[in-house]
Amino acid sequence: MFHDPAQFHDPAQWLPLVFAGLMGLSILIYVVLDGYDLGVGILFPAADEAQKDRMIASIGPFWDANETWLVLAVGLLLVAFPVAHGAILGALYLPVAVMLVGIVLRGVAFEFRAKAEAGWKPAWDRAFFAGSLLTALSQGFMLGLYVMGLEHSPATLAFAAVTAVCVAAGYAFVGAGWLIIKTDGELQRRAVALARLALVLTTVGFLAISAATPLVSPRIFARWFSMPEILLLAPLPAMAAVLLGTVWLVLGHLPDSRDRFGWVPFAGAAGIFVLAFAGLAYSFYPFIVPDRLTIVAAAAAPESLMIILWGTLFVLPVILGYSALSYWVFRGKATDLRYD
Amino acid sequence: MDPLILARIQFAANISFHILFPTITIALGWVLVFFKLRFNRTRDLKWMDAYHFWVKVFALTFALGVVSGITMSFQFGTNWPGYMERVGNIAGPLLAYEVLTAFFLEAVFLGIMLFGFRRVPAGVHTAATLLVTLATTLSAFWILALNSWMQTPAGFEMRDGVAHATDWLAIIFNPSFPYRLAHMLLASGLTAAFLVAGISAYRWLRDDREPAVLAALRTGVVLAAILIPVQIFAGDLHGINTLEHQPQKVAAMEGNWQTGPNRPLLLFAWPDEAARANRFEIGIPSGASLILTHRADGVVPGLDDYAGRHPPVAPVFFAFRVMVGLGLLMLAVSWLGALLLWRRGQVPRWLARMLVAMTFSGWAATLAGWYVTEIGRQPWLATGVLRTADAVSPVATVSGPMVAFTLAVYLVVYAVLLLAYVATLFLLARKGAKPKEIETGPAPHPTAFAPAE
Repeated sequence: MFHDPAQFHDPAQWLPLVFAGLMGLSILIYVVLDGYDLGVGILFPAADEAQKDRMIASIGPFWDANETWLVLAVGLLLVAFPVAHGAILGALYLPVAVMLVGIVLRGVAFEFRAKAEAGWKPAWDRAFFAGSLLTALSQGFMLGLYVMGLEHSPATLAFAAVTAVCVAAGYAFVGAGWLIIKTDGELQRRAVALARLALVLTTVGFLAISAATPLVSPRIFARWFSMPEILLLAPLPAMAAVLLGTVWLVLGHLPDSRDRFGWVPFAGAAGIFVLAFAGLAYSFYPFIVPDRLTIVAAAAAPESLMIILWGTLFVLPVILGYSALSYWVFRGKATDLRYD
Repeated sequence: MDPLILARIQFAANISFHILFPTITIALGWVLVFFKLRFNRTRDLKWMDAYHFWVKVFALTFALGVVSGITMSFQFGTNWPGYMERVGNIAGPLLAYEVLTAFFLEAVFLGIMLFGFRRVPAGVHTAATLLVTLATTLSAFWILALNSWMQTPAGFEMRDGVAHATDWLAIIFNPSFPYRLAHMLLASGLTAAFLVAGISAYRWLRDDREPAVLAALRTGVVLAAILIPVQIFAGDLHGINTLEHQPQKVAAMEGNWQTGPNRPLLLFAWPDEAARANRFEIGIPSGASLILTHRADGVVPGLDDYAGRHPPVAPVFFAFRVMVGLGLLMLAVSWLGALLLWRRGQVPRWLARMLVAMTFSGWAATLAGWYVTEIGRQPWLATGVLRTADAVSPVATVSGPMVAFTLAVYLVVYAVLLLAYVATLFLLARKGAKPKEIETGPAPHPTAFAPAE
C-alpha cells in the first residue's frame, strides 16, 4: 500500500485511504443493519395481520438509525470524493431515483399504517412491502452496475438484474435472521422456513458475483488468480463456505425448543456480508470509480478531510455507544409498539 | 424541456417538500419537552395526554422529514455535481458534521423517545426527548451555517477555481449566519405554534373539551403571541444585514429599480423586468428608506445598479409580501387569541375557526421566506464564488426525459404524501389522544408516573 514510508507523513496520500475505509465501514454497517429491516419489509406479504404488527414492532425503534448509515456513507462519498460522487451517482441516476422512491414509501408507511384510517392500512402495508423491495432491488442493481464498471449494455444490465434479485434475497435472509431472534411461535417458525429459501438465493448470488467479477475485468482476474495471491486469498471463500454450511445446518434445527442458537442465522448473514464486502474491496482497490478514478485522485482537499476526520474519530465511538444502548433498551422478543 | 431547468425544478420541489417537516419537528420537539417538564413539575395528567397526542404528530412528521432529507443527500450529487467540485471543501465538512452530530443522535434516541416509555426510567425518557430535540436544532445549526455561507461566503480562498477553507470559525459564523439561524428557528417556532393551536382549536370546535386540548391550545396561542414580535424584530435585523451584504436581493424584495433617497415602501406593484419599472404601484412615501436606513432620506440601492447581476424580481417581490402579510396576520390572530384566553379562559368559535384556517400558515410563510432568500441569491449558488448555471449536472450522463420522468414521479409521490399527512393529522385530532383509543391496544391507566412520594 505504502511503497515509501515518507507517504505516511503526507496527508494527501493516507487521508483518502482512511476515508475510503470509513465509507466502506459505514456501507457495511448499513447493509447489515438496514438490510435486516428492509428484509423484514420484503418478507411482509408472507405474514398475517397480527404477525405484520409484530414484525413492524421488531424494527420500529431501529430502522431510522439504521438508514442513517446510508446517509453517512453517501455523505462521505460526497464530501471526501466529490468527483467520484458525481461520476457514480450520475451513472446510477435512474436506480438511485427508484431507490429514493422506495425509501420514501417504506419510511412513511411505518407511521401511516398505524395512524391513517383503518381502511387504508392494507394499502400502506403494500407500500411498505413495495418500498422495501424496490429499495433492495435498486441497491442490488447499482451493485451489479458498479461491478460491471458502470457500463450500460444489455449484458451488464442483465447481470445487474441478477444481482438485484440476489441482494434482495440477501436482505430477506438477514431479515429472517432478525425475526428468528426477535419473535417466537408461528412467526418464528415461518421466519426459519423463509430464511432457508432466502439463503439458497443468496448463495446463488454470491457465487454469480464471485464468478462474474474476475471474468469482466482482466485486472481483477489478475489480482485473484496469480501466485501467491490465490493462496493468501483462499481463506476468504473457504470461510464463506463454512459459514453458509453452518447456517444451513443450524436452520435445520430451528426453531429450538429452548430458543437456543436463534442468533446464528443473523450472525452468519452478517459474516457473509463482511466476507463478500472484503472480496469486493480487494477487487476494486485502489479504484473508487472502477478502472477510471483512484481513491487518491478523487479525494477532496486534505485540510477539509482532516476536519471531518477529527470529528469522526471523536463522534463515531459515541454513536456506536448510544446505538448499543438502544439495542439494549429494546432487547428481548418484540412486543407491541406503544407510545405510552 | 431543458434538463438544466428540469434539474432545478426537481431540486426545488424536493427542498420545498423537505423543509416543511423539519420546520415543524425542530420546534415541536421543544413543545414536547415543555409538556414533559410541565408534567414532571405539576403531575397534572393533562400534560401527559398532550404529550402523547403530539408525540404521534412528531413521529409522523419526523418520518417524512427523514425520508425527504435522504432524497436531498443523493440529489446534491445527481443534480449539482459542480457544487461539490467547486465548494465541496467548505460544504462537505458542514454536511458531515450534521450527519455525525445530529442525524445519528436524533435517529437513535427517537426510538427510545417514541417506544421506550415503559422500558426506561422516566428521567431517561425525558432525556431522550431532550436529546432528539437538541439534535434537530443542531441539524438546523449546521445546515443554516452552510446555507448562510452560500449567501455570504467568508473564511476561504480560491485556488484553481476551487474553494479552500482558511478559517472554520469565519466559515460557520459568516456574516449572515446569526440572523438567518434566529429567523429560521423563530419561523419553526411559529409554524409549530400555529399547528398546535390549529389542531387543538379543531378539537375544541368538535366539542373535545379534554383538559389536554385546552392546555395545548393555550400553549400554541401563547407561544405564537410571544414569538411573532421577536420574529418581526429578528426579520428586520436580517433585512438590514442583507442590505449590507446582498443589496441586490433587498432591491428585488422592495421592487426598487433606482438607487436613491426617499424610496417608497410598495404595498402593491407589478414588477416589469422588460421595462425595468413597476406597474400599478401603491406605496408609502419614503417607507423603504425608513425601514432599511431608519431615515426618510436614507439612500437605498436600486436594481439598475445591478443590471444583469440581480435575481428575477417578481418572485422575490411577491414572496416577500406573502411572508410579511402572513406575519402581520399571525400577530393579529395570536395576540387577539392570547387576550381572549387570558380574559375569558377560552376562545370564541369564530377565532377558533380562524386558528384552524391558519393551521399551516407557518408552512406558507416559511416557504415564502425561503423563496425570497434562495431566489434572491440568484444568479449565484454561492455569492460571488459559483453561479448556479455552472453547477448543474453535465447533460452527457443525465438526459432530459430521465429528469422529467423522475420529476413527475417525485411530484406524484409528494402530492400523495402531503395529502395523506394533512388528512392523518386531522384524523388523529378526531380520534383524540385518550389512552383507550391508542391503536396499539388497550392501555391501563398510566399509574407508572403517579407522583413519587
